Amino acid sequence: MPAELQGVGVSAGVAVGPVALVGGEVPVPPEGGEVADPAAEARAIVQALEAVAADLEERGRAAGGEAQAVLEAQAMMARDPGLAEQAERLARGGRTAARAVYEAFGVYRKLLGGAGDYMAARVADLDDIRDRTVARLLGVPMPGVPDPGHPFVLVARDLAPADTATLRRDRVLALITEEGGPTSHTAILAKSMGVPAVVACAGATGLAEGVRVLVDGGAGQVVVEPDQARLDAAETRAAARQAARAAFVGLGRTSDGHHVGLLANVGGPGDVEAAVAAGAEGVGLFRSEFLFLDRADPPPVAEQAAAYRAVFEAFPGGKVVVRTLDAGADKPLAFLDLGDEPNPALGVRGLRAVRRRPELLSGQLDAIAQAAAGSPAEVWVMAPMVATAEEASWFCAQLRDRPVAKAGVMIEIPAAALMAEAVLAEADFASLGTNDLAQYLFAADRLVGALAALQSPWQPALLKLVAATAEAGLALGKPVGVCGEAAGDPVLALVLVGLGVTSLSMAPPSVGDVRMLLGRHSVDDCRRLAELALAAPDAATARARVRGATPVLGELGL
Amino acid sequence: MAERRVVIGSRVGLHARPAALFVQAASKLPVRVLVAKEGTAPVDARSILSVLGLDVRGGQEIVLTAEGDGAEQALEELAALAAKDLDAPDAG
Repeated sequence: MPAELQGVGVSAGVAVGPVALVGGEVPVPPEGGEVADPAAEARAIVQALEAVAADLEERGRAAGGEAQAVLEAQAMMARDPGLAEQAERLARGGRTAARAVYEAFGVYRKLLGGAGDYMAARVADLDDIRDRTVARLLGVPMPGVPDPGHPFVLVARDLAPADTATLRRDRVLALITEEGGPTSHTAILAKSMGVPAVVACAGATGLAEGVRVLVDGGAGQVVVEPDQARLDAAETRAAARQAARAAFVGLGRTSDGHHVGLLANVGGPGDVEAAVAAGAEGVGLFRSEFLFLDRADPPPVAEQAAAYRAVFEAFPGGKVVVRTLDAGADKPLAFLDLGDEPNPALGVRGLRAVRRRPELLSGQLDAIAQAAAGSPAEVWVMAPMVATAEEASWFCAQLRDRPVAKAGVMIEIPAAALMAEAVLAEADFASLGTNDLAQYLFAADRLVGALAALQSPWQPALLKLVAATAEAGLALGKPVGVCGEAAGDPVLALVLVGLGVTSLSMAPPSVGDVRMLLGRHSVDDCRRLAELALAAPDAATARARVRGATPVLGELGL
Repeated sequence: MAERRVVIGSRVGLHARPAALFVQAASKLPVRVLVAKEGTAPVDARSILSVLGLDVRGGQEIVLTAEGDGAEQALEELAALAAKDLDAPDAG
């Protein structure tokens, strides 16, 4: 019987392929050690630095665009004559090549580290180049994502956004991480790529490079060297799911005809094609940060307007909800100096940050208004990180004289959910960001893998805040949507609809499953499932009870 | 020894793209040019890491020095480049 690993399935689907491991941390080369030929060590340094530079350039050419400029700048650092001189001198003095490189980088690290915020970011670039060079000299795996030249199942301890920036969608069959939770970067990435993923999978990093695995992202299971019977069973479930999805097209509806808006989360015009292809009715969360990151000054209004217009035009007759800039100390912007904060998630971020720089917000709102004028889409605008009714009122007042259909707020802070009626009295609509809401509700950092269980969108406490907000929306006749990871889990989506949520916004590949499962359940079914979840003592029980009451899941591999 | 003083024309200073263009130009010169900011030790203009480490801001003055044949000409070229707004979209 083949070995099995059990984790948490965060992106449904089944895939089979060879494992490729993401390299771990590159060790610090120890001081001392015998050196037979100092001149040879010095030569090895020059070769390693050049190889690293050439590799960075090559990857830059493959990536193109912004990524190319960043990687070429890194290649230039690797070719720095001062750096090479320094390292060679240390090697001739008797250090191993790896240690000499490590120390030489240390000199520049200190130099740049003392030179302001922008330079602190370059220190991260420098560390990456150092690790690549040291890995090459020590003969250990390169840090970062591998490229074995064929499709693979990516296995890592955890994945950071930087690891995956150059990930090729046609190469990655599935993702498995030893750590991470339902709202981890891995989960979000997998859903946006439409590949199966299993996180919190104990033993994953012990898998051998190249070994064939079967990944079931619905059941959270990984089968090592699967036999034919297992492969056949997986294929049957995948085919059943495919057929079931094909039977439901068009608007999101329950089996008794209640409409639920099925919308896509997009991060820029580049994501629109996938959203349209998935049959999304519109965009429930248009993140605007892509326009502001990695630049010295705020983007001009005309440039912003062009980007917004590109998304609006893709959804004639549909709605597009733009979230205004969600900046903060964890997403630093060169032109928005917020200083160092001991606790960025609890600091000046989201609406709080742009209230300090009102011209940033008014520029963005002007650009949205320009793009909305004459646009075929219905344009809604919402602010991130709203805590109070006063903040909601202030934000919506900024939109009063601008031609957008609705002005609303994101509910990501428990206080806003508890005061939903007062908040919604000031706004036209609300959208629940369940990822941040769970983080603030449970005092559990989204980025800390060890706290993943607290981050589960199945937590009954979280669902109670969703229910409170949805009830306020119903009482005031205002729409309340969900745009966190919760909305893309087809089973949890039923629960959310049962709680009274009027639209669901998710990564485009999730739309098909959500539409299909919704179409097989009535509003009353959804309400019963919601009651089961709310009555459960914890997330695991809530999930198990609701799944147990939804028998169709097994045959579909969801 | 030849010497030139020049005020940095790029708003971001000798950082990011302007720094890269400056170092690339220095690397092509026949002589080794040193660059310093008021009160700091001169560093090799061909070393991107050293140039970034100077942390020169837009509007600040730098001092370029070089020795040997072609030094005057080399400093002329590099100073002209440093004075330009290299962040402008049409700058080479």
